[in-house]
Amino acid sequence: MSKAEAIRLEHVWTRFGDKVVHQDINLTLPQGEILGLVGASGCGKTTLLREMIGLQEPSEGEIFVMGESLSDVSPSHWQRLRDNCGVLFQKGALFSVLDVFENIAFPLRELGVDDEELIKRLVFMKLESVGLSAQDAWLKPADLSGGMTKRVALARTLILEPSLLLLDEPTSGLDPISSQDFVDLLFELHQDLKFTVVMVTHDLDILRDLCTQVAVLADNQLVAYGSLASVLNCKHPFVAEFFHNKRAKRVFQFHEANHG
Amino acid sequence: MESPQFMSTTDTRMQPVLEVCAQENGRQCVRLSGRWNLRGLMMAPQLRKKIRRFAENKSLLWDISAIEVLDNASALMLWQDWGEQLPAELQMRPEQQRLFERWQNQDVSVPVPEVYGLMVFVNNLGHLFLGFWQQLLELMTLLGQLVLDLGHLLRHPRDMPWSEISITIYEAGVRALGITALVGFLIGIVLSYLSALQLKLFGAEIYIIDILGLSVIRELGPLLAAILVAGRSGSAMTAQIGIMRVTEELDALSAMGISHSLRLILPKVVALTLSLPLLSVWTSSAALIGGMFSAQNTLDISYQQFFLKLPNVVPLLNVFIGLGKSAVFGLMIALIACHFGFRIKPNTESLGNETTNSVVAAITVVIMIDAVFAILFMNVGMP
Repeated sequence: MSKAEAIRLEHVWTRFGDKVVHQDINLTLPQGEILGLVGASGCGKTTLLREMIGLQEPSEGEIFVMGESLSDVSPSHWQRLRDNCGVLFQKGALFSVLDVFENIAFPLRELGVDDEELIKRLVFMKLESVGLSAQDAWLKPADLSGGMTKRVALARTLILEPSLLLLDEPTSGLDPISSQDFVDLLFELHQDLKFTVVMVTHDLDILRDLCTQVAVLADNQLVAYGSLASVLNCKHPFVAEFFHNKRAKRVFQFHEANHG
Repeated sequence: MESPQFMSTTDTRMQPVLEVCAQENGRQCVRLSGRWNLRGLMMAPQLRKKIRRFAENKSLLWDISAIEVLDNASALMLWQDWGEQLPAELQMRPEQQRLFERWQNQDVSVPVPEVYGLMVFVNNLGHLFLGFWQQLLELMTLLGQLVLDLGHLLRHPRDMPWSEISITIYEAGVRALGITALVGFLIGIVLSYLSALQLKLFGAEIYIIDILGLSVIRELGPLLAAILVAGRSGSAMTAQIGIMRVTEELDALSAMGISHSLRLILPKVVALTLSLPLLSVWTSSAALIGGMFSAQNTLDISYQQFFLKLPNVVPLLNVFIGLGKSAVFGLMIALIACHFGFRIKPNTESLGNETTNSVVAAITVVIMIDAVFAILFMNVGMP
């Protein structure tokens, strides 16, 4: 039996004035997959992600999230959809007026949870699951390092245990060790919570180690979509340059050796 | 086989469902099914009450194996409602057991932040005084740096930031013309109207020109313009420098070896010191026009009479006092705005706080300086 779809894009066009950003994008992502969205800087990856979250509307076409079209969804339905989607922004987007504890507890309080004991235990459980100590709960976002900010943001994103996670360049600005830790953490959480992930990334290591599906945006179009092995075989010039340059070759050497 | 009797609470598959059924042996079984997630439970608060009530009956059999989705939060809620222990007879799936094990093993003693006490209060008070002293020192340092910069500019006139000064004069001066004129005009009308009512009682209508002329040119005009500029441009300057801190533009300037004081503070100080006296003249003029308009309507004092008498009743020295005051106001507003701008830390809370502090401090200082001027020039410029 085929898996239910998490995201479906149907003939999505995006224009900013005369400039066409997306041209007839079609994509279906089954639930439980980890999709890496790659492309050159400025090709509209983040815009596509924002459209999936509903922060921006496509000029044409339709986007379905968990089987529901975003274009004709009622406000109450929207809220339910949003509770089911977690978004991790590039810079974490933690609320600087709140400490780490309150940042993570924020979605719970917004949902109407007023049992302080429950909130406390859930927040500390999430803190632990993203590899932070209980003492970090009282720090302000300004006191956190880049890696810690990403972890706290991930804990906040996961506190309602969404079934769809959208990540905008989750490892940008992290050193290789923190970046690898983050990839491992995401992998473990994915194994545990079985959510679907859509992430915009330039990180080849993430594509190799984490993503089950890869989508490549180039020339305003979706030029390749599928497993990493199938994308590596794509003949499009951008794909060839992106995945077969010297650095990429080193990264994918192991993968190619194993998958052909 | 006897079919169990169901007492259904909720029957939608998407929501958490609690059913009580009687078993063949006559024992009662509480069966949970559906989707047990936080949102579902928040929408059905009565479910938790029921679970707590059923949990008191230790002989009940619990069956949660039919639950489709059980998230961590719901598992914790069940765990809490069962009295932090699993029921004696519970049917569940292995993955559900793992969720409860997490809560069984969690250290419940969560650390709490520092409690507010007397020592903290004394500490905060100390910090407040020290903070005030430090701010005063920083402001003096800024002023000193400005003097040094002026010295540098005298030796190297080519370094003068003309374009920045020009932009600030336009932003803080030219773009404030509308609002200062409107406020000045309205205040002139109000002042003239209220004074006219009193003057009529004594038959001293003609003195409206003296009252308006002196109060507006010497006091109200410069003060109104300064308060409006402090609120409008002072806050903008603080926020601008603060955002430059957030976006690391200040660091970029430092890395290029460009002086913050020369490129950011000096142009603002020079621009406001130059433009505020002009704005003050503009505001005073608008207020006098408003007052003249009102005097004509309420006291029948013609525009011509107003214009002819004004120079006789208000000595020219008052205009210079007003201009001098405004220049000092402009200098202090810009200095304070920059001082608080550089205190902003890279977070939104600090941005809001320091911008507010900047406006409050600037308006307070303007009024204090005005008081000093009033005392110093007590006997100067009176008719």
